[in-house]
Amino acid sequence: MRDMSMTLDLTLTSLLSNCDRLQGVNMFSQKFIRHALLLSSRGKSGIRCRFRSTQAIAEKVTDGFVEDLRSIVGKANVSTAEAVRDQHGHDESYHETTLPDAVVFAQSVEHVSKVAKLCNDNVVPLIPFGSGTGLEGGINALKGGVCLDISQMKNVIEVNAEDFDCTVESGVTRGELNSYIRDTGLNFPVDPGADASVCGMCATSASGTNAVRYGTMRENVLNMEVVLADGTVLWTAGKNKRSRKTSAGYNLTNLFVGSEGTLGIITKATIRLYGIPEATLSAVVHFPSIQEAVDTTVQVMQCGVPIARIEFLDEAAIDAFNKYSKFDMKVAPSLFLEFHGSPSSVEEQKEVVEEIAKMNNGSNFKWATNADERNRLWKARHEIVYACTALVPGSKPYSTDVCVPISNLPAVIVQTKEMLKKENLVGPIVGHVGDGNFHIFFPVDHDHPEALTKIKAMSEKMSLLAMEMHGTCTGEHGIGMGKRELLEKEVGIEGLRAMQIVKNAFDPNQILNPGKIFPV
Amino acid sequence: MSGLRVLVGCKRVIDYAVKIRVRPDKMGVVTDGVKHSMNPFDEIAIEEAVRLKEKKLASEVIAVSCGPPQCQETLRTAMAMGADKSIHVEIDLATYEKMSPLHVAKLLSKIAQDNKVDLILLGKQAIDGDCNQTGQMTAALLDWPQATCASSIEKTNGDIKVVKEVDGGLETVKVKLPAVVTTDLRLNEPRYATLPNIMKAKKKPMEKKKPVDYGVDIDPRQKVVSVEDPPTREAGQKLDNVQDLVTKLKEQGLLTS
Repeated sequence: MRDMSMTLDLTLTSLLSNCDRLQGVNMFSQKFIRHALLLSSRGKSGIRCRFRSTQAIAEKVTDGFVEDLRSIVGKANVSTAEAVRDQHGHDESYHETTLPDAVVFAQSVEHVSKVAKLCNDNVVPLIPFGSGTGLEGGINALKGGVCLDISQMKNVIEVNAEDFDCTVESGVTRGELNSYIRDTGLNFPVDPGADASVCGMCATSASGTNAVRYGTMRENVLNMEVVLADGTVLWTAGKNKRSRKTSAGYNLTNLFVGSEGTLGIITKATIRLYGIPEATLSAVVHFPSIQEAVDTTVQVMQCGVPIARIEFLDEAAIDAFNKYSKFDMKVAPSLFLEFHGSPSSVEEQKEVVEEIAKMNNGSNFKWATNADERNRLWKARHEIVYACTALVPGSKPYSTDVCVPISNLPAVIVQTKEMLKKENLVGPIVGHVGDGNFHIFFPVDHDHPEALTKIKAMSEKMSLLAMEMHGTCTGEHGIGMGKRELLEKEVGIEGLRAMQIVKNAFDPNQILNPGKIFPV
Repeated sequence: MSGLRVLVGCKRVIDYAVKIRVRPDKMGVVTDGVKHSMNPFDEIAIEEAVRLKEKKLASEVIAVSCGPPQCQETLRTAMAMGADKSIHVEIDLATYEKMSPLHVAKLLSKIAQDNKVDLILLGKQAIDGDCNQTGQMTAALLDWPQATCASSIEKTNGDIKVVKEVDGGLETVKVKLPAVVTTDLRLNEPRYATLPNIMKAKKKPMEKKKPVDYGVDIDPRQKVVSVEDPPTREAGQKLDNVQDLVTKLKEQGLLTS
């Protein structure tokens, strides 16, 4: 009898984890299957309907295993409380929470190494957790296991102001780092909006509004301390090495940047710093059409203006922006711009851009040098995700992230806008247009799942369009859970196989963040 | 109309983001190897002074700090933000740790008089002592008017108009100069020091003085008895019914009958 009920569990679990990809399985069937699974559970209490059950794999995380975890990090640093697991089972995306079986708080890289070895020896999934601000379900525990929270290691190890570099532990967020180094005249400009952990930004190869001038994480990581699946601790460029460039062996640093926790756990990072600009000027300009706004961007880039930020917002985004952050902007396709440099160079840049904007029928060109005004503008821009979800209270954001060569940007955005109109979807468009990257932040309401189907279909169409236009389906958010099926289309079967070879080499037991990046 | 001469106090404190730890001897907190920076309210004061200069309402901004040699870093930051010169009143670490607001107020009032200052801008309180006394005491010693917890400062002819944050809301006062104003959080957002300004600050003048130069006695008036962590929070208890609640409250002596 016991064996039969276990088989039932396994069948139901695999059915559940596959059912949302079965064509034609409607919402009622999914709910029925979920209920059936819960009813068959062996009396474990408290798992509410909105969580996916990971019953079958949870068997590995026995009480004995949890005791082993406690003996590594101490009793206070292991939790199986549902609230703690819930916090560690979702990020800021629309993906439903998937609870890990246990959450472990590491206080040192030795802890990370020993926990990794324990999980590897027992083939238990292991997912690193930084700040939980990801947008692609990167930390969801799709197969249960251990969520290793590395956010409590908060030391800034060293700051080398003359060399423009610093080394931080995995719990240091970019906001904390910039506050720490503020009196050196330096800052870390990669700015994804959220106050993400620096090592988490390495793991997802994050970018942000400043990438057009300062690059993404790929260009700004010099070295990282990484813990591998078997507990080996290595420095990707060698311990204490922080030369600006190197030709020594394979580029392990950039192999791990963007690996989303599937090749190793990043516990320290040495990153490049930049001087805080002497003068900063922000400006906003509105256009009668998207085409003209995006054309302006392309022309500004082609003029070689070293613009620091050039962000596009469409009317829907401006409307959300006005409502949430209490601004009063003209509701029209707009560009938010920022110029960095010496006071005279900033003036010159602004004049060039103003002229280009006028040529493209830009109007209401407003600029601010006052720090309070500038900060308010960019804070509001960074809160655009929240502004978009505030349009539908209780919703979570589904974000698209296509990125194409700049010359193809106008066509992609205009076609996207037409698709949105045809599908009758609310989708504010926000873009780092200087990189050819833009996002639609769809507010997803789990009480109305039909919209999600339309949104996913739209997102796939956009990704395919972007790939046709020589671009990528994800410029900065990563593949995570949400874009797995698109990876093969983008890199080809040969690319995918090559990635799988690397994955198998570093993680033969497939314990590191299973279910991410690679299509199921 | 010539510009105001502004004196700004800059205290070197443990950085606001650091987790404070009590020393094993329970006589203070751990400061060795811990990140220090300028008191955030003092940063706001420097920023306000520099903005007054940019508006051509102030002609000179002097930053002052009292304490061990490391205070010079704090003064360099003040000058990188725009202060024209600085004064370091050197006091050895042991004596400095026993100083209290009255000592600082005495030093500041002497420095203000010596330098013919029109406006003293201080942070409303330091984030280590949290005394919120220095500004008030300085004004009293000089017999100058004071406006504390300022969230905005406006110059109007020979006076200044200050909006103060008080418990009931905002209070606007007109203050004759010379005066002491202490800054609150919403006054401004301080600028970051940029590399070129940090370079320039190295060349700005920094006077080195001692308390005896001002005839101020800084012997301690207080003795620290002990410094302890607040008690650790314990888990709560879930009770099943009101009767249990009443029993527990009685057990802890929280009910009179």
